[in-house]
Amino acid sequence: MAATKILRDILAEGQARPAHRPWPCAAVGGEAWEQAISLLQEEQCTLLGLWGDQGMVHLALLDADGKPAILSHPCEGNRYPSVGSRHGAAIRLERAVRELSGFEPEGLPDWRDWLDHGTWPLQCPLGPAEPVSAAPKTYPFLPAEGESLHQIPVGPVHAGIIEPGHFRFTAGGETIVRLEERLGYTHKGIESLMAGATVERAAVLAGRASGDSTVAYALAFARAVEAARGAEVPARAVWLRALMAELERLANHLGDIGAICNDAAFAMLHAQFGFLREQVLRVADRCFGHRLMMDRVVPGGLRDDLPEEGQGAIGGLVAELGRRFPELVELYENTASLQDRTVGTGVLPAGLARRFGAGGYVGRASGRAFDARRTPGYPPYDELQFEVPVREEGDVDARVWIRIREVEQSLAIVGQILERLPAGPVHTPLAAPAFAEERAGAALVEGFRGDVLAWVRTGADGGILRCHLRDPSWFQWPLLEAAVEGNIVADFPLCNKSFNCSYSGHDL
Amino acid sequence: MELIGKVLVQLVQLLLVLALAPLLTGYIRHLKARLLRRRGPAVVQPYRDLLKLIRKEVVLADNASWLFRAAPYIIFAATLIAASLVPTFATGLVFSPAADLIAIVALLGAARFFLALAGLDVGTSFGGIGSSREMMIASLAEPAMLMFVFSLSLLAGSTQLSSVADFMQRPEVGLRVSLALSLVALIMVAIAENGRIPADNPATHLELTMIHEAMILEYSGRHLAVIELAAYLKLLLYFSLIACVFVPWGLATAGEGFGAFAIGLGWYVAKLAVGGFLLAVFETGTAKMRVFRLSDFLGVALMLGLLAALLLFVSRGL
Repeated sequence: MAATKILRDILAEGQARPAHRPWPCAAVGGEAWEQAISLLQEEQCTLLGLWGDQGMVHLALLDADGKPAILSHPCEGNRYPSVGSRHGAAIRLERAVRELSGFEPEGLPDWRDWLDHGTWPLQCPLGPAEPVSAAPKTYPFLPAEGESLHQIPVGPVHAGIIEPGHFRFTAGGETIVRLEERLGYTHKGIESLMAGATVERAAVLAGRASGDSTVAYALAFARAVEAARGAEVPARAVWLRALMAELERLANHLGDIGAICNDAAFAMLHAQFGFLREQVLRVADRCFGHRLMMDRVVPGGLRDDLPEEGQGAIGGLVAELGRRFPELVELYENTASLQDRTVGTGVLPAGLARRFGAGGYVGRASGRAFDARRTPGYPPYDELQFEVPVREEGDVDARVWIRIREVEQSLAIVGQILERLPAGPVHTPLAAPAFAEERAGAALVEGFRGDVLAWVRTGADGGILRCHLRDPSWFQWPLLEAAVEGNIVADFPLCNKSFNCSYSGHDL
Repeated sequence: MELIGKVLVQLVQLLLVLALAPLLTGYIRHLKARLLRRRGPAVVQPYRDLLKLIRKEVVLADNASWLFRAAPYIIFAATLIAASLVPTFATGLVFSPAADLIAIVALLGAARFFLALAGLDVGTSFGGIGSSREMMIASLAEPAMLMFVFSLSLLAGSTQLSSVADFMQRPEVGLRVSLALSLVALIMVAIAENGRIPADNPATHLELTMIHEAMILEYSGRHLAVIELAAYLKLLLYFSLIACVFVPWGLATAGEGFGAFAIGLGWYVAKLAVGGFLLAVFETGTAKMRVFRLSDFLGVALMLGLLAALLLFVSRGL
């Protein structure tokens, strides 16, 4: 394709940075940078991430063939030409880069802070890290004007026990005219904590970016480190990692389907799916010693091997779920009062999903057939048989159905892994770096929400100098604002639950 | 002396509804939990909740007016009077002449009016949303309720509940289409009025979907306890009303003595148990409807009530 060639040309003309692995990476100047933004704007490429480091801003892209690449633009005078001014998906990323690294995106119309609510002790913690100036920060919400419009502020503290986030609705009666999100309440400074940490400590931190995706995060981080260090992972560990990732996907999807039903006050399916989710968690606990499998995936392999009875326990779980799950799906399908709530609610247009590069069920329910397990793909999924379900409707019902189909696929994948699980060790200690210079590595891993991007820069002593983690929610939160427009206020919880974006993973 | 006895019996009924109302709610919650394969709270949990709330301090919004503080007691008083007027175990009690259906509807309407005002008083957006939704429900539920009252009074020749119950026990009433229509209409109104699924979800934590809960979000301590108790009473009231009009069997008549009263009480509790079970089963198998579908739902109730009244006119050859 032409677009692929343009990107290759940009990479070839730029100054190649061979220390970056495994994706091609090049430092580019003004014109090539603008060309890359044009590719994004014309939807010939998909934005994977944008972050700042060492006086450069890095832009990760996925070309039309599913090949990732990283372009780096030097920030002279701490400024760089904005991507967000021409490609909306980058706006929030650039606002975060400005606060964290202190690089000003030239031409970005949105001057407001994003993650910093004026409570940070330091300015630009990943950049110069100066003490904050006393000037208080204001945050004007975007206006919506019209007769008899009223604003409804919701959160950040909610009536239920959920994560904090503020939602500002402008409504005409019960109809939502505009929703604006205000996030950043769970900012933990994970990237600052990781800078300068040992690999072991950084792996623990990565696994806590978003607790429900801890396996996906730990896996993305481990694969990025392994790529940077050129480390090999034993085959058994590769397969067991996939097994854990699929168990995590199963648990979360089962929980989500039930929770969506519960938001339509259909508590029976919530209880039933909660029961199935609990069974997955208990089996995970028995097999890997932790219900969420936190800290089990480490760079170099796994912390522990699957115990002998584990294979039988997981096999039993797959059989049990295979028996119980279809009955519940049938109940979902046949409950008219529930279908009435989910069908046609919160429609996300396919064009927006494509433009923002929405991953996971959000993208796949709106026609974007992207799955990081397929493109760019990583082992052992190249040897496994599975389908990537896609729907075109883009409503709450479609997002439920994508989850249902993915549960079925995950069950099949777990079955295949159990059959073909190779024997051998599960951990190879990372060898002492045999290189004097810094190395960087990147990885894209499919979590249950979508593609998690991890990028690390390691020093000559093997420690982590900088790590960037990009949650799939960065490209899903803005779409939620679009999907609820024109719906009624009372349907927002249902739409929100069907997106189920991560607060913690986004706020970092 | 006789009068004192009669007043005492009436007082017993008043205390009975007050004592039974939390139990009924606790019983339904427990059943629903069991149906979801949960252990569920004990049936006496609502009493504990009320005790807990009464002991807690009241937190008031800075801009709360006297209305906000007075409304819980007005709501409670109106609902308690209405609930104690509906015959439970016996008919023909001393205040029965006042137990007029229209009076009961008016009392509940007054309580609702103050609840909606209290929701608006503090000026939070949730209170406003809740009040506006509640009034939307009321504007359809009250006419439907009145249609039910009309068709009942056409049939029984009275809007006074004791005489209606006595009339319904007579063998010549038999099965009537208009009665069945009225029953369905009344049940639909009762579901909407009490904020049960599919009209509202009494167990929700989602601020944006609430109706009843949204109005009382700002209440705490004893104010909240009193409002909660009023909500329990309202649910009991609708159960009593349906029981007394459509299944009046076992009702004692005033002056029959304690034996009859005890039998009447036994029947009453049995009716509540069956009704509560049916409600729990129904709620477990239904999702909540969209807020704007409520007008269709209550519109059907209104039409059914209207149809019942019309059929009665037609069958009388007017």
